[in-house]
Amino acid sequence: MRAFNKTRTRSVILVSLLVALLLALFLPAMALAEPDGPPSALEPASPVSAAIADLHTIVLIIAASVFLVVEGLILIAAFRFRRRAKDAGEPPQIHGNTRLEIAWTVAPAVIVVALFVLAVRAQQNIDAAAYSAEPGVPISVEVIGHQWWWEFRYPDFGIATAGQMVIPVGRVINLQITSADVIHSFWAPELSGKTDAMQGVINQSLLRASRPGDYYGQCAELCGVSHAYMRLVVTAVSEDEFAAWVKSQAGDAAAPAETAAQTGQQIFQSAGCAGCHVIRGVPGAVGKTGPDLTHVYGRPCFAGCTLATTPYNLAKWLADPPAVKAGSLMPNLNLSPADIASLVAYLQTLK
Amino acid sequence: MATITGTISAVAPRRRGALMEWLTTVDHKKIGLLYVWSAFLFFLAGGVLALFIRLELSQPGMQVVDPDVYNQFFTMHGTTMIFLFIIPMFAGFGNYMVPIMIGARDMAFPRLNAFSYWLFLAAGVMLYSSFLFESGASSAGWTGYTPLSTTVFTPGAGVTTWILGLLFVGTSSLLGAINFMVTIVNMRCPGMTMTRIPLLAWAILATSMMILFSTPVLTGALIILLADRLAITSIFSTASGVDPRLWQHMFWFYSHPAVYIMILPAMGIVSEVLPVFSRKPIFGYKAIAYSSLAIAVMGFLVWAHHMYTTGVAPQLRAFFMIATMAIAVPTGVKIFNWIATLWAGHLSLKTPLLFVFGFLTMFVIGGISGVFQAIVPVDLQVHDTYYVVAHLHYVLFGGAVFGIFAGFYYWLPKMTGWMLDERWGKLQFWLMLIGFNLTFFPMHLLGLMGMPRRIADYGADFGWTRYNSLATTGAFLIAASVLVFMINLYLSHERRVPAGDDPWEGNTLEWATPSPPPEYNFETIPTVHSERPVRDMRMAHGRQS
Repeated sequence: MRAFNKTRTRSVILVSLLVALLLALFLPAMALAEPDGPPSALEPASPVSAAIADLHTIVLIIAASVFLVVEGLILIAAFRFRRRAKDAGEPPQIHGNTRLEIAWTVAPAVIVVALFVLAVRAQQNIDAAAYSAEPGVPISVEVIGHQWWWEFRYPDFGIATAGQMVIPVGRVINLQITSADVIHSFWAPELSGKTDAMQGVINQSLLRASRPGDYYGQCAELCGVSHAYMRLVVTAVSEDEFAAWVKSQAGDAAAPAETAAQTGQQIFQSAGCAGCHVIRGVPGAVGKTGPDLTHVYGRPCFAGCTLATTPYNLAKWLADPPAVKAGSLMPNLNLSPADIASLVAYLQTLK
Repeated sequence: MATITGTISAVAPRRRGALMEWLTTVDHKKIGLLYVWSAFLFFLAGGVLALFIRLELSQPGMQVVDPDVYNQFFTMHGTTMIFLFIIPMFAGFGNYMVPIMIGARDMAFPRLNAFSYWLFLAAGVMLYSSFLFESGASSAGWTGYTPLSTTVFTPGAGVTTWILGLLFVGTSSLLGAINFMVTIVNMRCPGMTMTRIPLLAWAILATSMMILFSTPVLTGALIILLADRLAITSIFSTASGVDPRLWQHMFWFYSHPAVYIMILPAMGIVSEVLPVFSRKPIFGYKAIAYSSLAIAVMGFLVWAHHMYTTGVAPQLRAFFMIATMAIAVPTGVKIFNWIATLWAGHLSLKTPLLFVFGFLTMFVIGGISGVFQAIVPVDLQVHDTYYVVAHLHYVLFGGAVFGIFAGFYYWLPKMTGWMLDERWGKLQFWLMLIGFNLTFFPMHLLGLMGMPRRIADYGADFGWTRYNSLATTGAFLIAASVLVFMINLYLSHERRVPAGDDPWEGNTLEWATPSPPPEYNFETIPTVHSERPVRDMRMAHGRQS
């Protein structure tokens, strides 16, 4: 009896030591989470992401219980049944136990069915959350993936933008997602799960932000050399701010007043830029390969939303786009520093 | 009689030089060793690629390679570990062990067996030689999604060579599968009924069935893609109106079963090691054998869980969700039966059993995180993120690779005749276990924090830097543990501590042969009376003396 107790005590100590070791490994890792706030799927800013995060929590609790039971049994077996000096000969030779085996076939089956029911219910909640009527009509946004930037078109307003999608808080946004080339995947974790963008297919996804903010995301399907540089930001603002933004985006580009900017516009038309980019109001600027630049300086970022829209970054980009973003379809146009300065001056007028 | 014996030795082939012997051998054990050591070399190569990936990701910005080379590296890392390491490594263990275990003298088709090996090696050499092209190796991912993998978006010889390599290795594995099936069904010794064959043989049989039914679909997809790339057809060209999901359906119809092709043999190894090291019979032999078959069948009904985000119909998603979750049932059956085998045993915590414990604990985590991804709404968040990278490595590294090392420590003494050192073995185990968890556990969190997989770079302000640095540290610990294994191999080879016929008090027939076994395996073909023939022999011997 004494020997048995001693064995058990030792097992308990060993198991606790191992658990402590695991915790010691992972708790600092958890604490390492950085304050900057990554675009986390578990810090939702929309009813859809919130419903998914809730479902995740429930599944995590069930999973953790299963994990603890199974790992606990494994650890107990490992420590309690170690071969000892007194263990001469063989332990009892047990070939199986039908009752037990039926039990541990049925138990996982029950858990699986329960999880399935939970998941289907959650899916219904998510659909309901996405559709639930809020004031105002849904806004359609066409999301088009390109190698390597996101285009956002607002057919209701005749607006096209890139890298940044602006939406009013609380309104249902009806995304129609497609691709101009390879497969991309649209993802802003705080707002919703992924939807693939595929040429020839239009996938619909409903989006609704529950609070204002900038929500970052990026392409989630390998799409070539600059896959990592195909980022996006969804900016959720109030209805009033959204109306103001639409108004600012709707108009044609204003003719530049300053000489440098005027020179820049001429270079834009003569150096080939117009063949790939639209600037509404500029004759000949009708190319569809690159982003619409009518209000490029009003966007927070460009070049697949990898660079902040500053004069320095614009100049850096214009000097050699493929050096900034590998594989960029925009070639190095071998512009002189003076040309670049004029172009940057011009682009700064496109607010 | 004497005359007949004389005639046979007179026509026996002349003894060849060692090199010619290895090049021309049709002995299942030599072919097994060729598979094992070639696969191990590819494991090292794939591991070096992984270290480059981890170095590049340890900090934001591009420091080590450029984005195109990065894409080539992870494409070749995945391709190597799946097609050139895990699958052929199990072909190696299967080749060496299965014929002996079922009391046969060789595989059913020895020449076909040799052909399978050389086809695999050719595929490996071909795949790696594609780094020599000016445009480099394939950069379209091991999944080769169209239209990215078509010539419009990925020109150059890399993808074409990748297709050819996969066609070769697929054919090799298909021929191997047929060979295993015929061998296991037809070459069993007297008394070796299907419910007495070792569980490794059951696992290889189930795996072979999966290979037989899934590989032709991948082969078809690859041939179509090849024709597209050679400008004969444009079947995967989405610009001409083809549904871009076509490739994905064909690809995953092979590649999801491939996951079970990579894990079932490891489960077979676990089912061999556990009874020996706990001195008990396997708990629920039939349940373990039939659950392998169940997994082999159900594994064909889940492929579209890789495609939840592609816009497949909600009813289909629900079907694939329940089908995927249902695989947790036969898997759970195995795990509980294994624990029951340990229970009340006399556990000998030698290195093979330690690696089995590693398998059990890590595979449970991988299995559970798999259920998260089966659930459609959760998957829409974690799909194609580092969460998936974590999950698949818990299954394939925590599962398959820990199983492979358990197999090494268990069977290398049989294959070589000398023991591996226990202290170095234990050091390797703990280093690998800690390094593995440091590398892959934080990746679950990175995925939930929004980090997609297959990105070469990320912003310094994304909040992913520390976990990535942690993962890189872990990756180098894993590398150190593999180095420890190689040191152990070298030292043990120098010391040559004799293994004897049966160092572990084994149950299955390989332990009734000398170490290493002679070319003919058994002097006389044994007759067996239970699923533990060598234990039966030991018991009978004990009673006599």
